[in-house]
Parts: sequence; C-alpha cells; structure tokens
Amino acid sequence: MQEKMENQELDQFKPKIVGFLCNWCTYAAADLAGSSKMEIDPALTVIRVMCSSRVDHNLVLTTFFSGADGVLIAGCHPGDCHYGAGNYYARRRYALLKKVMESLGLESERLKLSWISAAEGNRYAEVVNSFSEKIRQLGPNPINKMSGL
Amino acid sequence: MSRIDLQKASSKGLKELLGHLLGSGKVSAVFSLRKDPETGSYDLGLITEEAGLETVKPLAPVMIANAGQVLSSFAPSAEPIAVVLKPCELRAFIERAKREQGSLENILTISMTCGGVLTLDRVVSGLDSDKIGDYENHCFAGDIHSETRETCKACEYFVPMNADITVSMVGQKDAGTKCHIYLNTDLAKEMAKGFGPDPVEEDFDNSLVEGLASKRAAEKEKLYGAVMSGKGGLDAVIDTFGKCLGCHGCSRVCPICYCMICDFESRNFDNDMPYFEKELEQKGALRLPPDTMFFHIGRMIHMSFSCVGCGQCSDVCPADIPVASVFKKVGEETAAIFEYVPGRDIEEAIPVMVFKEEEFTEFID
Repeated sequence: MQEKMENQELDQFKPKIVGFLCNWCTYAAADLAGSSKMEIDPALTVIRVMCSSRVDHNLVLTTFFSGADGVLIAGCHPGDCHYGAGNYYARRRYALLKKVMESLGLESERLKLSWISAAEGNRYAEVVNSFSEKIRQLGPNPINKMSGL
Repeated sequence: MSRIDLQKASSKGLKELLGHLLGSGKVSAVFSLRKDPETGSYDLGLITEEAGLETVKPLAPVMIANAGQVLSSFAPSAEPIAVVLKPCELRAFIERAKREQGSLENILTISMTCGGVLTLDRVVSGLDSDKIGDYENHCFAGDIHSETRETCKACEYFVPMNADITVSMVGQKDAGTKCHIYLNTDLAKEMAKGFGPDPVEEDFDNSLVEGLASKRAAEKEKLYGAVMSGKGGLDAVIDTFGKCLGCHGCSRVCPICYCMICDFESRNFDNDMPYFEKELEQKGALRLPPDTMFFHIGRMIHMSFSCVGCGQCSDVCPADIPVASVFKKVGEETAAIFEYVPGRDIEEAIPVMVFKEEEFTEFID
C-alpha cells in the first residue's frame, strides 16, 4: 500500500531543474533543438549566461537552497570557448563544487556539467532528457521541506 | 643543511639567536609570541629593541591569532625582520602571499617542529610553568598532549616545509637542556654567522618525528571518523552546523579568508520580504538568522583547498562547532583533486586560478 502511494507520489513529482547555459554554444543548441521540434523535458528552466565560467559557486548553492532539484551547467567544448578559456575555469570550479558536495555527503548527482556546441541540438535534447530522468528517480530535493537551515 | 647545537634549553637558545640577530643589526625587528610577566597573558609582538626580547616566548604552545595572518599587515617589510611562526602559520602566510596579502621579501622565517598548541580555553585559564613543562615533556618525547587542539592532534604537517631556520622540538629528548637549530637556507647561514659554536653539516634527522607522525595519522583517522557522524549527508551537516549563531567569527580569524568585504556579509545576502515569503510558503517555517549553513558550505568552496588546519576557527566558535575538523577534512579532499598542498610552495598556483587542458574528464559526460 505504502509502496503504491510512494509510486504515486513519484509519478506526480515534477522536478525543477535550473540550467545555466552559455550564450555562445549551449543556448544556441537549445534554440536549434527547439526549432528542430525535438522533444525536450519541460523540467528544465533555462538561464542564459555569457559564459559557463560566469556560474560562480554561490549561484549554484543559491539555486539548490531555493529548492531546485537539479542544476545543469553547460557550455562550449574545451578549446571552443568564445572567450578563450572560460570553460576550463568553469570545469575546475565545477570539480571543486562537486567534491565539496561529495565530501559532505550531499547528493552531488544533482549537479551536472556538460559540453554542448551550437550545432549539437540532438545532444542538447539527450542531455536534458537523461538528466531530468535521473533527477526524477532521485526524487525531490530534501532541502525543500527543511526549515532548519 | 647545517645545525648549531647549544648547551641550553631550546627556548633560551632561540631567544639568544633572536638577540644576536637584533643586536648585530642583521634584522631590524623580531616578530614573535610574548608573555606579559604581570598579567600572564600572551600576545604577538613586533620588537625592535633588544631589551624587548625579555618577554618573548617564541616556542610557547599558544596561538592567540594565526601569526601568518597578523604578519600580513607589515609584510613586505622595507627592512629585514625575523619572524617566529608555527609550521601552519608559515603555510598560512605563504597562502596569503599567493593572494598578494604579504610577501616573503626581507623576511627570515624561523619555525619549529611543532607539538601542537593548547586550546584557547586552556590558555586563557592561565598557563603556569608546570603546565608548560607538562606540554614540553609530551612534545620532546614525541607524544600528543591531550589538551592541544583537535586539529593539532591530527596534524601531519608539523615539520616546517620551507622555513629558513628550524628548531628541533618534537621527539628531541634533550630539548629541555639543549637547543638544536637547523639552518636550512643560505640566508639562514648568513644570518647565523658569528652566533654560537660553529655549525655542523648535518641533515634534519627524520627519525625524531616518525613516532609522532604515526600517532597523528591514527588520531586523524579517528577525528575524520567522528566528523559529521562519520558519513555526512544533509542531516549530519545540519546537525553539525545547526548550532551556528551566524557570528562569522570563524572567517574573521581564518588566515585564508582575506577578503575585506566578505561576500556572505555583503548586500548579496540581505534578504528582503519576498525571500521570507517564498521560504515560508515552501517550508512552512523559517530559521533565523538565515543562511548560516549556506555560509559554511560557501566558505568551504571558497577556501577549503587552502586550509592549513590551524584550528583557530574551532577555538573561537561560541557554539562549539568543530569547524576546523570539518574544514580540514573537506579541505584535504578538495586539495587532493588538484594535487595541491596549501603552503607547500609559493610558486604553486591557487587551484582555481589555473587549469590544464586535459583534466577532470571523468567528472564530465
């Protein structure tokens, strides 16, 4: 009975994922995916940033603390950054953030970094859909119900 | 490397060396711990007159403030100065120098193999010579003293990594009656010329510190096993930091937190009515002051990889949160992914300021 209820709850769970997309590559890929009429999971709320390196740690933390179930950061492939090296710095920061979450035992799977170029509409749809599915399986962000923070 | 051996207690021997440096004009000032003979309280002093050296206690097991942090305020120095720092204070100072909060220029660094410092509670309740003697017995025998800081007990970097001069204390059984001063650099040899007996050519004897190193390693494992119930997780993190009053004392005393205006104290974190309304709607209750946990996790991301584990933050915490233990553990893990050791080498860049083209590919898909 309880299992059934839990399943029901899970079915009703509509994850909220915030995606920080780089203006030059991934945001264009999102556009391409849309205009190619690909099916994209509606869980993702897109925030356009000029570069993946614009996403500082506090932005990600704020997003999680505000109750987002997942955070996706996506930008140009290494070597293709519009500004030269922004994505390399983004990658270091991401590794650091991920490690801190792991180290504290927080669910670091809720955070993801991907490289998606402007031509990869397909890949954009794939990444968003698979990440949304993963978050759906993880369930809601426990912070949402906790007032002791 | 060469060594000077003196037939007197370590602290006395070092004091004489400081006197020689100041008296001969090789340095124009000495920076060291002092003890006020009347009140018995400790402080850090910058001393320019030889007479001022009388109250100096360069080897006392006390950390009133992280001296590496304090040293920033007058380094780079226009004239040469000799500074006595504990190994973690020296590493902290190097981390600060990397952040342009000081420079090693014109500085002669003197450090010691360190048996840890006593907790602040212990220090302010008064240290008589018996207490110091008890501490020294442990230190000279290569043992952990029970009243030292938790992070000191678990510290593995107690041999200074890059001091010009090292005073041997840990495991040095005769340190109470003899003083062994290692001159590690050319600068040190130059400075010590004309002081004491002729130095003997000899490398640092690592066998002295091996005993304490293995005891500390075991203690560290125990400490990390206890931090955040040993397993972490959101509940354990809330349990640990839930007591936080939001005083930000830990970041004030942190030698690595150098920002004049901390992001967490800026307007970015002034919450307005809509924020509270949203929180209440979502959670049905609100913790005040808000953002305390955000502060700790945020700070961990900002500086943990540079944490030298001095333990100052735990010592000042009014809520007795084991801040330093958590930061030391997390910091070790974050530093490890960048193969970074804080304070090891001034040429080693801060991890988030540099990158390699091929790295962390396993983190990304």
